[in-house]
Amino acid sequence: MTREDTPTWPHKDLLDVDQLSLEEIHRVFETALSLQEINQRPVKKVPTLRGRSVVLFFAEPSTRTKTSFDMAGKRLSADTFSLAQSSSSLTKGESLKDTALTLQAMSPDAIVIRHWASGAAQFLAERLECSVINAGDGWHAHPTQALLDGFTLFQEWGTLQGKTILILGDIAHSRVARSNVNLLTRLGANVRLCGPRTLLPHDTSSWPVEVYTDLDKACRDADGVMCLRLQLERMQSGMLPDLREYARTYGLAPRHLERAADDCRVLHPGPMNRGVEIDSALADSLSSLVLDQVSAGVATRMALLFLYLTRTEAS
Amino acid sequence: MSAPHLVIRRADWFGREKDLLMADGRVLELADHDPARSFGDAEVVEAHGAVLLPSLVDAHVHLREPGFEYKEDIASGLKAAARGGFGRVMAMANTSPVNDNADVTEAMLDTARRAHPDGPFLHPVGALTRGLKGEELSPMADMAQAGCIAFSNDGLPMASAAFFRKAVEYAATFNRPVIDHCENPTMNPGCGVNEGEVSSRLGLRAQPWVAEAEQVARDCLLAEFLGLPIHLAHVSCRASVDCIRTAKARGAPVTAETCPHYLTLTESSVEGYNTLAKVNPPLRTDEDVAALKAALADGTIDILATDHAPHADHEKETEFEAAPCGISGLETAMSLTWPLVESGLIDRERFADLWRHRPAELFGLEPVRLEPGDAADCILFDPSAGWTPSPDSLVSKGKNTPFRDTPLKGRVTAHVLGGVRVF
Ligand SMILES: [Zn+2]
Repeated sequence: MTREDTPTWPHKDLLDVDQLSLEEIHRVFETALSLQEINQRPVKKVPTLRGRSVVLFFAEPSTRTKTSFDMAGKRLSADTFSLAQSSSSLTKGESLKDTALTLQAMSPDAIVIRHWASGAAQFLAERLECSVINAGDGWHAHPTQALLDGFTLFQEWGTLQGKTILILGDIAHSRVARSNVNLLTRLGANVRLCGPRTLLPHDTSSWPVEVYTDLDKACRDADGVMCLRLQLERMQSGMLPDLREYARTYGLAPRHLERAADDCRVLHPGPMNRGVEIDSALADSLSSLVLDQVSAGVATRMALLFLYLTRTEAS
Repeated sequence: MSAPHLVIRRADWFGREKDLLMADGRVLELADHDPARSFGDAEVVEAHGAVLLPSLVDAHVHLREPGFEYKEDIASGLKAAARGGFGRVMAMANTSPVNDNADVTEAMLDTARRAHPDGPFLHPVGALTRGLKGEELSPMADMAQAGCIAFSNDGLPMASAAFFRKAVEYAATFNRPVIDHCENPTMNPGCGVNEGEVSSRLGLRAQPWVAEAEQVARDCLLAEFLGLPIHLAHVSCRASVDCIRTAKARGAPVTAETCPHYLTLTESSVEGYNTLAKVNPPLRTDEDVAALKAALADGTIDILATDHAPHADHEKETEFEAAPCGISGLETAMSLTWPLVESGLIDRERFADLWRHRPAELFGLEPVRLEPGDAADCILFDPSAGWTPSPDSLVSKGKNTPFRDTPLKGRVTAHVLGGVRVF
C-alpha cells in the first residue's frame, strides 16, 4: 500500500463549515498561514496545482469573491475558467440540472459556485464527481467567507476562545451570518446577533447565539463586531423605513466601541455602504480589519483549493 | 331477487367476516360468511381477510388536464385513483385553460367517461373566479349545470375578503359549497417550507402558519355571518384547528380537511433541500401534527383529502425555491392513514366517515354504506401488504412523493365500482 491511496483531506465538497471538524478548520488556517507567504513574494506563483482546472460558476454577480478565488487559483498555477449564468428571476434560463451536466462534461477538478438559490451548491455536489466549493448559496451559507473571517481573527488574536463577537445588520437574509455563527461558536467564541426585528430570522431557538435589537447593549464588552452589508432593497420590501434611520440605529460608530472591549476589532465582508452600516472613519481606523479580510480571503481560498484539489494525494 | 354477479368472499367488515354479494351494480346483501354457501355463476373475489370498505372519495386532487398532461392527465390520474381506492375524485380548476366555464367542465367530464367508463369518476370543482384571477366571478350557474359540484380558487388564494364573500354568496345561490385554499398571499414571502427553525437554518423564504390561520379565521367568521358553508382545504397547523373548533362551537357552517402528509411528516422533511417534500401549505411541526390528529379524532376536521399534486421529475429536480409545490398522493393515501386506525386514534367507522361518508355528504354525492340497494362501490385493503412507492410502482405520472423508496405497509388489493372491478 502506498500513502497515495489515503485521502489526506476527507471531503469532496465544501458546502458549509459544519462539515469540517475543529481540527480541519485549524488545518485550513495553518495551510493558509503557510501559503500567505507566497502573496508577499515578488513572483506570486507556485506550481502546486499546475494542470488542474477550476471553474468559477457565478450565477449571481460577485466581483470580490470571484476575483479572490481567481487569484487564489492562479497563484497556485491552476487554470481558472469563468462560467457566468445571468438569472434575473427564479425560473429563467437553463435548469441547474442541465448546468450540472454541462459542467460534468467539461471534467474540471473543482467548481466554485455562487448561486441565488439556497441549496444550489448541494444540488451540484450531489451530481458532480469533482469538488464543489460553495461561494455563497442564497441566504444559506458562505463557508469560505466564514473561514476567512475566522482566519483573520485567528491571526489577530491567536485564538477565538472566549471572545465575544457581534454580528450586526441584516441577519435574516445573510449567508455570511449563518456560516459565521456556526464557525465562530465552534472556535469557542460567544456570538451575538443584532438588528431590527424585520432583519432577524423568525426562529433562532436552535442557534447558539444571543439576540439583541439594541446596538448599545449588543456592543457591551464585544471583542469584535462584524458588520454585514445592507441590501438597499430592504427599504422597498418594507423591512426598513429609510437609510438614515438605519444608519442612526444600527450603523456602527466610534461611540459604540467605547462600550466594547479595549481593542475591539471591526470586520466587514464588503463592499461597504460607508455611512450606512459602518461609520466611514471607523472603516478606515486602526480597529478595522476590513483590508486584512481581503488578504486573508486570498490565502484562505488558496488553502481550500490546495486541500480539495490534492485530497487524494500524499501529503 | 336476482342472482349475484360478483361476490367478495371472506372480507373483514368492521371486524366481522362477511361475504358481499353484488348484482346489477348494486349491493344485494352483505352476509355473514358462510363456508357452505354457493354463489352460482358469480365471479368470486377471495378477500383472504382483507379489510372491506366503501370506495373512497377524494375531495381534492389536481389532474392537470387540460394543459399540463405531461404532469398527469385525466386517464392516468383516474387510474391512480382506482389503485388508491378512490372511486370519486374532485378535480381542482387550476388547469390551462382554467376550468372556469361549462365548455371546459364538459370536456373534462367527457374525457373522463371515455377513459374510464366504469369509473373512477371525476367531479370537477369549478373556478370561483374567471381565470382564478380573483377579479370576476365565474359563470357558476352554467358550470353547476355542467357538473361542477363545488367552487374554489385553489392554487391562487384570494386576498380580498369582500370579493370572497360575494363569491360564497353567489355559489350558494346554486347550492354549491365553496372550498377555500386558506393562505393570505400578502403574508407569504415564500413557498413550500414552514417559517421556523428549519427555514431559518436553511436560508429559505418561508410560509408562516399565521398566513394560513389568519385566513381560516376570516373564513370561519364569514361562514358564521353569512350562514353559508365554506370548506377549508388542506388545513396544516394548530392555530387553524383551534379557530375551526371555536367556530364550530359557535355554530358556523365551516368544514375542514387535512391531508395524509400533514399527519405523517414535519418541516424536517425538507432538510437537504428535498423538493419532494415541498408542498403548499408547507409541512409544519410535531406540535401541528399532534393538533391535526386530535382534530381528526374529535371531529373538528371533517374529512381527509389527498391534495394529489403530480409534477414531472425535471420540475422537482431543481433548486428548492424554483421547484413547484405538491405531492403525488392518491396511491399512498390509504397506506399513510390506516395507521391512524391501527394506533387506536380513530376507529374504522370514523375512518370510513373521513374518507367516504362525510365528503359524500358535504358535496352531494350518493351515500354508500354497502347496505342492500347501495351502489356496489367498495375496496379491499390488505393492512399487512408491504410495498415501496417508486417510479415503477406508481401508476400516476407524478412520481413526486417524499415517500419514494420508503417501505410502506398496507395496500388496496381490489376496487369495485358499480359492481365492476376497476382494479
Ligand atoms: Zn390548495
